[in-house]
Amino acid sequence: MKQPVDRRQFLRMAGVGGVVFASSLARSVGAAAADDFYFVQLSDVHWGFEGPPNPDAKVTLPKTVATVNALGDAPDFIMFTGDLTHTTDDPRERRERMAQFKAIVAGLKVKDVRFMPGEHDASLDRGKAFQEHFGQTHYTFDHKGVHFIVLDNVSDPMGFIGDEQLGWLAADLAQQPPDANIVVFTHRPLFDLAPEWDWATPDGAKAIDLLMPHANVTVFYGHIHQEHHFMTGHIPHHAAKGLMFALPVAKSQPKRTPLPWDPSQPYRGLGFRSVEAEARAKFDITELPVVKAT
Amino acid sequence: MTSRRKFLRIAAGCLALGMAASGLYAVAQPAEKVIRISAKRFVYTPNEIRLKKGEPVIIELTSEDIVMGFKVPDLNARADIIPGKTVRVRLVPVKAGRLDFLCDIFCGSGHEEMNGAFVVED
Repeated sequence: MKQPVDRRQFLRMAGVGGVVFASSLARSVGAAAADDFYFVQLSDVHWGFEGPPNPDAKVTLPKTVATVNALGDAPDFIMFTGDLTHTTDDPRERRERMAQFKAIVAGLKVKDVRFMPGEHDASLDRGKAFQEHFGQTHYTFDHKGVHFIVLDNVSDPMGFIGDEQLGWLAADLAQQPPDANIVVFTHRPLFDLAPEWDWATPDGAKAIDLLMPHANVTVFYGHIHQEHHFMTGHIPHHAAKGLMFALPVAKSQPKRTPLPWDPSQPYRGLGFRSVEAEARAKFDITELPVVKAT
Repeated sequence: MTSRRKFLRIAAGCLALGMAASGLYAVAQPAEKVIRISAKRFVYTPNEIRLKKGEPVIIELTSEDIVMGFKVPDLNARADIIPGKTVRVRLVPVKAGRLDFLCDIFCGSGHEEMNGAFVVED
């Protein structure tokens, strides 16, 4: 009988083990320690996409669900950082894709699953269909000593966070001590990664300004379909891989078209990550493949 | 010269300067080149345009279908393109090289590929 493998054992088996990036956040003395736990970030599923960049489009998400379920130590929760579905002009089809997505991820063993929209989910109807299926587009929650903030920078078709949400963010941060452990989830990068490719948030600098007085902030986002790490002052920003097609490095080609599918290495460039929150507000990130190696 | 004549000359000079500053005194300004770009999902036509360094141009933008964006990040210039209207954006390319432009209003499944470039030559 097969035994569920320990997560670290699985990583060794998959040949992708090891922490590929660790961000340690400077902490002021006396800050409350976060309990050890880990969560999984999945991003840019683009359910409904069809095309040569992923001939396995219909099975990539189910395979990912199976891979997450195979993690021996279950994560405390799972976070989807947007573009759950691929955009469509047809509002009925959009809702159908969201319903299909929801039915597939219902197969995740971990039941604490949280969602936020990407521009493909929300920009054509300002988040209406997303809210019908998944609830609010921006919210907060607390987990084992960490304050999580989900920011919506996609319901506006130009990607603005907007003054109203920025006011909400300021009011929320005012309730947090300066040394609080804060994790921010967004879809687009908050900083100007590549404005020429729309890899930016027009008023993202305002959000960063609000976060800057807090000593322990980490941002996780999606949108760019590749791993990327960047610092704005003391705040690290970590982009996740996607789960439908990989995108090129910013401005490495004239158009931001998906990288071609490589039949010799299916799912290359796709994946998800686990994020381990350890005491003293240190977050260890491990990148994981869609399917584990056999 | 009488003081009255002197006053009139000074007044005429001031008027000319004022007109030039406001752009009304057309003789002092060479006509700026106008380049028309048409947008429709998910393409700009033309999408590669050659410009001369230092020569200001007026970009005239129209949309054939839905509301689009036009953004030139390196020049901090942008405009909404509303169907049925022509919007003008004045650009001054100050250095040679490539200036990318893109649609910055999410417009559908081909939005990510809706871009173009000005190639600025010395």
